[in-house]
Amino acid sequence: MDVLTPRSLDEALQLKAEHPDAWPIQGGTDVMVALNFDRGRPATMLNLNEVQELRGWWRGDGSLRLGSGLTYAEIEHGELRTVLPALAEASRTVGSPQIRNRGTIGGNLATSSPAGDALPPLLIEDAVVECASVRGTREVPLGDFVTGVKRNALAADELITAVVVAPSGAAQTFMKIGPRNAMVIAVVSLAVSAGDELRASFGSASPKPVLVTAPRAEAAGFPAQVAGAATPIDDVRGTRAYRVHALEVLTRRALERVLA
Amino acid sequence: MRITVRINGDEHQADCWEGESLLFALREKLGFPGSKNACEQGECGSCSVLLDGALVCACLVLAAQADGHDVTTVEGLAEGETLHAVQQAFVDAGAVQCGFCTPGLVVATADLLQRNASPSDDEIREALSGNLCRCTGYAKIFDAVRLAAGKA
Repeated sequence: MDVLTPRSLDEALQLKAEHPDAWPIQGGTDVMVALNFDRGRPATMLNLNEVQELRGWWRGDGSLRLGSGLTYAEIEHGELRTVLPALAEASRTVGSPQIRNRGTIGGNLATSSPAGDALPPLLIEDAVVECASVRGTREVPLGDFVTGVKRNALAADELITAVVVAPSGAAQTFMKIGPRNAMVIAVVSLAVSAGDELRASFGSASPKPVLVTAPRAEAAGFPAQVAGAATPIDDVRGTRAYRVHALEVLTRRALERVLA
Repeated sequence: MRITVRINGDEHQADCWEGESLLFALREKLGFPGSKNACEQGECGSCSVLLDGALVCACLVLAAQADGHDVTTVEGLAEGETLHAVQQAFVDAGAVQCGFCTPGLVVATADLLQRNASPSDDEIREALSGNLCRCTGYAKIFDAVRLAAGKA
């Protein structure tokens, strides 16, 4: 095995082009589990920790660029708390302080798990995933980026460089059900906003993120509409029936918050 | 591959397999067995260390990622024979049963108190939520954290 540690984005993209099978590693909270349990043994690891261009976040013209190396802790504790409140609430529910100090938004996207906590709050804000390679940069809407359970539209020579989002300013919230507050993979999760229209997206209840919308005047029927859009499965964490029921209850509670 | 890591203030080198964790390198190559190896998936916090000042699970850091960086382990908290205030509080409060989770909890508590000298019980609960005690000795652990924070 080789570990390649690029010092710039250009170098990282060059190395990914030369080693398309390389596993990128940023916070390591998913990748290291796979390595520790021998679920994969890549010939090459691409360590992105030293690529400064991927860190932090900054303002563009009307939108924010969240570097793919932005950690949950940075989202939870910084100014983003007020700019993207549902994403900040979701970040606070990820793992433990140790996990939030390392885990990144780019990693959550790359893993493309149905349970990825950052995905629903980003989808209700129409986030776009920036994918870069030596061939150039393209922007893929989040709803198109995730193509199935742990599958996405990233090409073999591409890296996720950023998430671009124009904060709506809409009242919004995030909720998550699990056996305890910390270290929980969502049994079901939900992000809801109330701006010009009602918007919802959920986790652990469909193979890929789904956006559900309705006019504000139809708030009464929205919980049933959200639950009806879910296509969950029975698994070790919960049943299909429980997840559908929970989504309806959570949507009702979320609307009480965001319409208050 | 050879990595160079500043551990508890001193530079150390080790030859590592490219796929091994910082935890494995610390325990098996670098002579710092204080961080404990249990779940290897970031669930238990037994391997908690500070990486460039941030609390992390050493099992989820690739050893190669620590190359050129600063690591503080539980071995780096005491000053010679004088225990760190958090270590002394764990002893005085009887917050140690089997002891396996203790190094991780001590590092996580030291990290908490360095950022927040007077945490509420909720803040303690949140800060230590990534550290499991299989003996379930959480009541005494809370006593120790309050003691170290000067609130007991």
